[in-house]
Amino acid sequence: MTKPLLTINDMSITFTSPDEADIEAVRQVDLTLTPGKTLALVGESGCGKSVTARAVLRLLDKNAKIPTGEILFDTGSGAVDIAKLKSDSLAMRALRGAEISMIFQEPMSSLSPVHTIGDQVDEIIILHDRLNKKQARERTVSLLDQVGVPGARDRANAYPFELSGGLRQRAMIAMALACTPKLLIADEPTTALDVTTQAQILDLLRQLQDDFGMAMLFITHDLGVVAEIADDIAVMYLGDVVEQGDVFDVFRAPKHPYTQALMNSVPRLMRKAERQRLTPIKGTVPSPKDRPVGCAFTSRCPHAFAPCPTVRPERTQIGADHVARCHLLTHVREEAMA
Amino acid sequence: MTTLLTVENLSKVFHLGGSLFREGRELVALNDINLTVEKGETLAIVGESGCGKTTLGRCIIKAQPVSSGHVFYHRDEGGHVDLTTLGKREIEPYRRDIRMIFQDPMSSLNPNMRVFDIVAEPLRVHRLLRGKELEARVYDTLGKVGISPDAAGRYPHAFSGGQRQRIGIARALVLNPKLVIADEAVSALDVSIQAQVLNLLDDLKEEFGLTYIFISHDLGVVNYIADRVVVMYLGHVVENAPTDLLFERPRHPYTEMLLEALPIADPSRRKGRNKELKGEIPYLGNRPKGCPFHTRCKYAQDICRAEKPALRPINGTAQLAACHFAETLDLKGAYEAPIKAIA
Amino acid sequence: MAVDTVQPTVHVDLPKARNRRESQLGLMWRRFRQHKLALVSLWVVVFFYLVALLAEFIAPVDPVHYSARYTYAPPQGLHFVAQNADGGWEFGPYVNGYKTEIDPVALRRTFVIDEEVRIPVRFFAESEPYLLAGVIPLSVKLIGVENPRDPFYILGADRLGRDMLSRLIHGTRISLSIGLAGVTLSLFFGIVIGGFAGFYGGWFDSAVMRVVEFIRSMPTIPLWLGLAAAMPKDWSALQTYFAITLILSLIGWTELARVVRGRFLSLRTEDFVTAAQLDGASDWRIVTRHMVPSFTSHIIAAATLAIPGMILAETALSFLGLGLQAPIVSWGTLLQDAQNIRTLATAPWLLAPGVCVVIVILALNFFGDGLRDAADPHGR
Repeated sequence: MTKPLLTINDMSITFTSPDEADIEAVRQVDLTLTPGKTLALVGESGCGKSVTARAVLRLLDKNAKIPTGEILFDTGSGAVDIAKLKSDSLAMRALRGAEISMIFQEPMSSLSPVHTIGDQVDEIIILHDRLNKKQARERTVSLLDQVGVPGARDRANAYPFELSGGLRQRAMIAMALACTPKLLIADEPTTALDVTTQAQILDLLRQLQDDFGMAMLFITHDLGVVAEIADDIAVMYLGDVVEQGDVFDVFRAPKHPYTQALMNSVPRLMRKAERQRLTPIKGTVPSPKDRPVGCAFTSRCPHAFAPCPTVRPERTQIGADHVARCHLLTHVREEAMA
Repeated sequence: MTTLLTVENLSKVFHLGGSLFREGRELVALNDINLTVEKGETLAIVGESGCGKTTLGRCIIKAQPVSSGHVFYHRDEGGHVDLTTLGKREIEPYRRDIRMIFQDPMSSLNPNMRVFDIVAEPLRVHRLLRGKELEARVYDTLGKVGISPDAAGRYPHAFSGGQRQRIGIARALVLNPKLVIADEAVSALDVSIQAQVLNLLDDLKEEFGLTYIFISHDLGVVNYIADRVVVMYLGHVVENAPTDLLFERPRHPYTEMLLEALPIADPSRRKGRNKELKGEIPYLGNRPKGCPFHTRCKYAQDICRAEKPALRPINGTAQLAACHFAETLDLKGAYEAPIKAIA
Repeated sequence: MAVDTVQPTVHVDLPKARNRRESQLGLMWRRFRQHKLALVSLWVVVFFYLVALLAEFIAPVDPVHYSARYTYAPPQGLHFVAQNADGGWEFGPYVNGYKTEIDPVALRRTFVIDEEVRIPVRFFAESEPYLLAGVIPLSVKLIGVENPRDPFYILGADRLGRDMLSRLIHGTRISLSIGLAGVTLSLFFGIVIGGFAGFYGGWFDSAVMRVVEFIRSMPTIPLWLGLAAAMPKDWSALQTYFAITLILSLIGWTELARVVRGRFLSLRTEDFVTAAQLDGASDWRIVTRHMVPSFTSHIIAAATLAIPGMILAETALSFLGLGLQAPIVSWGTLLQDAQNIRTLATAPWLLAPGVCVVIVILALNFFGDGLRDAADPHGR
């Protein structure tokens, strides 16, 4: 097994606000990313998936803290704990962009509207790799070419608003890859795109991963996209990672009731004769303030029983590479032992 | 089955950017649309952004004026009426029969009105009910969509997205409509909430004998809910077929491309790379000559660049497609295993 | 039918118990209260408007009452505790009297506060009968000296020995009310014209917006000067007052019309407005019931932010002698007296109206900012 590139151990993130109690947006998350592999972070809105990803780049809002846990990033010459770095420190800035970069859902808001995309990519290359302008532009053009921007040399002189949504997303990917990062964080990169464009971008990301060998942390709410692109999956619900593991294992035999329910909520392509009624999860996601001390899913879980609201389920190993936090898993075992 | 609605040669042209100094551009959002909606069916309209599906929905209910063509609404008591020719007063009774559900649960409810008033508004405007009767109807409708009557005094901001969408559905249903146009009604919702709303729409359809026009970009949802699917591309209907036929064996290359691109929530059916997805949707303003899809079609021939194919039945079935080679192309469907025959 | 009834969940950013039945305005007030500076400013504004409303009651004497004896008399201040000659303490409000000193160099008569003389002051002192705000007959003042012949100049006196405090209070009434009246007038024009432009769009919208741009591109001071100079000299005080209000709102409506039009345009595309159209609601119902309530908060904020401009404009015009004229007391006309440096050196208290202008303008701006932020939670 390859050495992990990024290891998140027991990380929590809390948001403080002047008039209200602190909110623990993410609690005790463990994640591991290996080079060349994609970990998909899945969950519905407000589950803490984006916050988790931003914590890796220390792009959190000012009122967010990481009170416990570590984010170990392997720089090649020893591990750095990102959780201990200041978000504007030199060390963090050296990681950002060069070692870890990020692409967003809406490229328009992360590209500068007053600079051509070529200039924006050039700038990153010049900043991190100390090339001169001409060399940088050569790199830019070959990058844009690599991410599938047709007529890269001309398009480098285009402003973001002159490009279609798909091309903008490609340009942003080129920017993110300008310094051949070891880790790419993709926050819902295809959500705003049409389905055919989405398929193209997913293809591109896989292709680039093969070429560059970077690890990818892919955030999405779409289980279809996860199934297409991920090697590993971590399912989040209200700040908890409830289940994680190899994508094939988790899809084949989801163990946590939330994962199961989520998968049953997605309509499958089926002939009319075989079509079954969807079984949605009852109720709605409670506010993080009302999250039970125990399992976050208690209020909507069809199997909830005595210990669920009060005792937080431990991480339980199910398979070689498959972990879930659910009392059902341990409870059954205890009963068997008794 | 009886026909409820017939759309005939409907076109919609937007005039853009005209000013004193230069002539504006014409943007054909809908080009000669023909379709029928049968009573009791769920007709899905799918396509990517800019294909005209939302405009079509709004033109049917005359939320936007049409440029040419007709929308015939077939009345229960027999005969039909062309909605496009009706004035503001004359169309009112038909707007009671045809209602709309909107995509964005945030912007579709007036933030300054209580839920009760939002749902009661159409009844009040049409002066249908008042006093106790009105109250009873509103509470009854809210109950049907799963909003407890205790909550009727609250403002929309106190509700989650899924609940707001239920309120929007209640507003549509409170007039006992015959046809409901749902424009991306579940697209903004989380999957688990989306499933709740889809089931709700299903139940309500049965209970009220509704007909749906379900506008969506999500083929998975469409497959689940629709009886028939209309695929649109750049303001054209390129395919119109019963759901099973369309997913089994699409007859238009664009439909195939959509199905090909659709991610399936099952890693063992992962499609992998080397999908032949070419290009991007052209800007509506410079629509290609000939078949609108030829710029991205891998099967395109000379004739496609020169001549626009007409929408026609394929091999005498209920499947209509607008492709010169619809009969001969063997296009890939999305169902897992081929099935022998469909009754 | 199997529909699971769900209880509404409360949005994350709102405390649970309180938001049950809050309207948009209720929400706005809650957000506003968190803005401390704006809250303080609100009280300042309320204070000034109360003073304006109760001017006759609060002002110790008539603003035009003059006394040649006390030209440029310095502020007496108001004292509450005094030590008697025998060392005992005496409580109760009083002011000191004046004594005259001759400046040996300039040979000029100056007033000096005479701490020996104590003129007792009473709250709710009896006075000549007057009408409060022109309606309520009263014969009591908030504060007054026991003997009306005694000098009473808490904030000093002006060139004609008139009480600065009383004049300031009466000036507050005129200056603040002209701001309010101007904004009300602008608001009326702005909402009607901007509303039509925004709701119907088309050529009317284009025409209105060109007119707005034209008016806004004109330099305002010369325009005001021109208009003010065109006013007949023989107009009564009241006529001038309304004429000035009209002149001010002639420019003021453009900004508000822009705000209203913008809100209408953005609301017109909101789904809930389309929904109301499809409900069959008339244009009138859509505007009054669906659209206007959605932006009243924005209009309130915009109007509040427009008041300071009006007050400043009035002050500027009057200061230049082109706005309100002498018998009318406003901050601007009061500041006219503070035009030359020598007067200022001998009687700096004449600048008091300037201080009031600064305080009120700042308070109104902070208050308006607070309202605007509260009205638009996404704007931050």
